[in-house]
Amino acid sequence: MKHIRNFCIIAHIDHGKSTLADRLLEFTKTVADRDMQAQLLDDMDLERERGITIKSHAIQMNYTYKGETFTLNLIDTPGHVDFSYEVSRSIAACEGALLLVDASQGIEAQTISNLYLAMSNDLVIIPVLNKIDLPGAMPEEVKDEMVDLLGCKRDEIIHASGKEGIGVEDILNAIVDRIPAPKGNPDGELQALIFDSQFNSYRGIEVIFRVVNGRIRKGDKIKFMATGKEYFAEEIGTLRLDKQPKEVVDCGDVGYLISGIKVAKEVKVGDTITQTVQPSRQPIQGFEEVKPMVFAGIYPVETNEFEELREAMEKLQLNDAALVWEPETSAALGFGFRCGFLGMLHMEIVQERLEREFNMTVITTVPSVRFEVLTTKGAVIQVSAPSEMPDPSSIETIEEPFIKAQIITKSEYIGSIMSLCMDKRGILKNQVYLTADRVELQFDMPLAEVVFDFFDKLKTISRGYASLDYEFTGNRESTMVKLDIMLNGERVDALSAIVHRDKAYEWGKKLCEKLRELLPRQQFEIAIQAAIGQKIIARETVKALRKDVLAKCYGGDISRKRKLLEKQKKGKKRMRQVGNVEIPQEAFMAVLKIS
Amino acid sequence: MHLYLHIPFCRQACHYCDFHFSTDLKPKTALVEALCREIGLRKDYLPTNRLETIYFGGGTPSLLTEAELAQIFETIHRHFTVAVDAEITLEANPDDLVRSASGPDPMGRFRKYANRLSIGIQSFHEPHLRLMNRAHTAAEAESCVQRAREAGFDNLTIDLIYGVPAGGHDIWKTDLDKAIALDVPHISSYCLTIEPGTVFGNWLSKGRLNAPDDAFGAEEFNLLVEALTAAGYEQYEISNFARPGMEARHNSSYWKRRPYLGIGPSAHSFNGLSRQYNIANNARYIRSLQKGEIPATVEELSRADQVNDYLLTSLRTKWGCDLTELTLLAGTDFQALRRKELNRLYGQGWLALDDRTLRLTEAGKLFADRVAADLFVMTDD
Ligand SMILES: Nc1nc2c(ncn2[C@@H]2O[C@H](COP(=O)(O)OP(=O)(O)O)[C@@H](O)[C@H]2O)c(=O)[nH]1
Ligand code: SF4
Ligand SMILES: [Mg+2]
Repeated sequence: MKHIRNFCIIAHIDHGKSTLADRLLEFTKTVADRDMQAQLLDDMDLERERGITIKSHAIQMNYTYKGETFTLNLIDTPGHVDFSYEVSRSIAACEGALLLVDASQGIEAQTISNLYLAMSNDLVIIPVLNKIDLPGAMPEEVKDEMVDLLGCKRDEIIHASGKEGIGVEDILNAIVDRIPAPKGNPDGELQALIFDSQFNSYRGIEVIFRVVNGRIRKGDKIKFMATGKEYFAEEIGTLRLDKQPKEVVDCGDVGYLISGIKVAKEVKVGDTITQTVQPSRQPIQGFEEVKPMVFAGIYPVETNEFEELREAMEKLQLNDAALVWEPETSAALGFGFRCGFLGMLHMEIVQERLEREFNMTVITTVPSVRFEVLTTKGAVIQVSAPSEMPDPSSIETIEEPFIKAQIITKSEYIGSIMSLCMDKRGILKNQVYLTADRVELQFDMPLAEVVFDFFDKLKTISRGYASLDYEFTGNRESTMVKLDIMLNGERVDALSAIVHRDKAYEWGKKLCEKLRELLPRQQFEIAIQAAIGQKIIARETVKALRKDVLAKCYGGDISRKRKLLEKQKKGKKRMRQVGNVEIPQEAFMAVLKIS
Repeated sequence: MHLYLHIPFCRQACHYCDFHFSTDLKPKTALVEALCREIGLRKDYLPTNRLETIYFGGGTPSLLTEAELAQIFETIHRHFTVAVDAEITLEANPDDLVRSASGPDPMGRFRKYANRLSIGIQSFHEPHLRLMNRAHTAAEAESCVQRAREAGFDNLTIDLIYGVPAGGHDIWKTDLDKAIALDVPHISSYCLTIEPGTVFGNWLSKGRLNAPDDAFGAEEFNLLVEALTAAGYEQYEISNFARPGMEARHNSSYWKRRPYLGIGPSAHSFNGLSRQYNIANNARYIRSLQKGEIPATVEELSRADQVNDYLLTSLRTKWGCDLTELTLLAGTDFQALRRKELNRLYGQGWLALDDRTLRLTEAGKLFADRVAADLFVMTDD
């Protein structure tokens, strides 16, 4: 055990985590040069393209230092706030962390919250100043920040460049020197922490775990403590570039388990693996069921593709345990699914994976958070879709989820960030200067406000400088109302939203305006109305189309014109009809783009 | 059969125009040379070599000199038999008809080769002519027809544009009165459309031009139909009006699925089974033909394409769309295939069925494209 080191890398997106990981793998000869492809750890195409790690991964390397060979387990962590629970479990599986900071950027919000998480788990932090090769590097300022934050000494900070391969050896040496070997009782009852899983279409789910106490052997009868399910350890091993089957994975080490599990839901990150004979009495602390925070309807664009969509969702769920869904019907959109996501990025990822991996084009409805409604009869109802909202007369109070939002920015953007957050019903709670021109702001904000284009706006007004992190703090009473959209007097359920009363008027007005742009003109006038209950709060009109005929149609025009009309007709086939009004699919998405 | 020749030159660019043309006249000789070569190379494109109509379009064919016209016709006659009663139309701009009037026989060269003139008057209203950047004046618009008659042309047609988003309907009413007073046998009239890549397209995106309003255009269309019908013209196609028996024979071929051969840059050809079109670039067209190659893209027409082409074009005409023909093209009973849409369109009062022929009603004419598209056969039906 004294030759094992378990560590992760804490870094903000783009600060060079994947690049450095590639260098570590090369230096330790874990990958041969011919297998090297940039950003090895990012498996999914989507991850490589977006440059983010969506799911965590783990990889093992060997490193010989002062004549002794060590086993280093690098546990990669997802880099987005939607996946913060997975991050916390990855951190719990490590004894140390590299804090990687881009020398030209400084520390960002996400980094700080993950760093605090690592520190509270007693991880040893190795500060690394990365990208020192950049002409724009500000090593001294950024080191000041790191010293302030960590209370470390300046000379503990390793200078590195993943790109140029600078400092790689220093980092590996520091991992061995500074990070303690895992503790734990190899002869105790088995306790292994599940921190990740992967879907393999031939062999079922691969569970990635860290042995905390005891050891796990091939053929063992095992049990997942939270789900209570029992399995047979068909195959266990360690993770190199490929899987390396082993007879035993020892105390302190990281490994994988294959036992024919078919459903991702059975594998919960944070759960404890133990043996059925002589089981551990206690699970490893810190297990939580991940809770979806954002809800939206997903519908096939072509109504007859519902069954195909269901199959795609089922397959997707095999390796995305955080995704929950159930069938739902909408008068406007037909059959679809009500889905729960960890956050907005998670929702986008699901949508993109449906399109790329399953070739499904979908309509996603207005996302909503989950409200708690207390009725006049004293019942508490969970409401995560406008259609579930009870009649206003039977509502006593509505509570909505709040978050603590932490934003780090250059001080010149404080003003605009404050007004953005205040516009989003945020209240400033704290303001700390990290350096002369970098400041950390803390807001108390409703989650619902962050769901709509908050992140994009924040990036825009801060020219990309501000970073955001948030955590759920609890539910609080709010005056929410259900806002409906009517087209020629008919309510379009898929366009309804639950919004704060103070914002309902503006929301309704903007949505009506946007719909006026997006609805194709028809032979009759279309009235677009926004309403709260029976009260109309905004109205726009799409004028009737008076002609639909092109002026000329001679020899040279025929082909072009036919193709144009065919294209329009195809587009029309994809529209949804409510009453006599045709609604193009962009209209359902428009809601996300207003304000 | 029908022959189209595209003369891709203009004196100046009209602000609405997205036809293929160039204002650089230098390559004109080389281009005429290339046209003649193309005629020779493609003489067997059509099923027969007997020509019933010849049409010089553009661009501005009235820019052709006597020698150039002679060269082209010499080539045509070498490869084709031109019917004695062939309709030979030449598009001309008013300025070319009026300003060259100094010589002894100003329109002699046109008269010698063509028996029908199509004059691009577009408007009699000076501010509109200037807005559209036409090369002629309002006075020239009014006098050119008289000049053409003096030169011996009786078979005349004029082009008019309406729906110009500047001013009210009175301008169009006055234009219509003037056009009717000229007493020509044929009038083509188009609603102004703003095409991308034109000066107007550019102005529209920059807000320098008001977007044409479809209600305004529809009203002017109704004024047009009313005025010309009252004056004894028949609307035999959405944008074309003729005194009895004076319909354009060449253009009608496009709407009746007759094969035609198009010569020149950007020209389209149709042989019943495929359409093809030449490159829309003078220099490349010339270079290609110098090497003896036709710079064309061919588009094979599927059953569905043929049905849709036929619907699109025939519904615009007084002859209408023949259900038997449609069924033949579609390979299945068209009425059964589109029963639902047909019934809806009858009910809406846009379409009428008479003796197995589908025709647009007066109201339906304003929605011709929508009606055609509703009846289109799609590959994934
Ligand atoms: N100049 C320089 N660029 C680097 C260095 N490390 C990474 N990069 C670049 O920074 C970007 C983000 O790197 P990546 O490793 O994907 O960051 P991650 O998001 O933290 O995984 C990429 O364009 C890298 O090429 C470095 O040490 N120096
Ligand atoms: S409208 Fe006629 S004259 Fe004007 S640019 Fe176009 S082709 Fe040339
Ligand atoms: Mg990365």
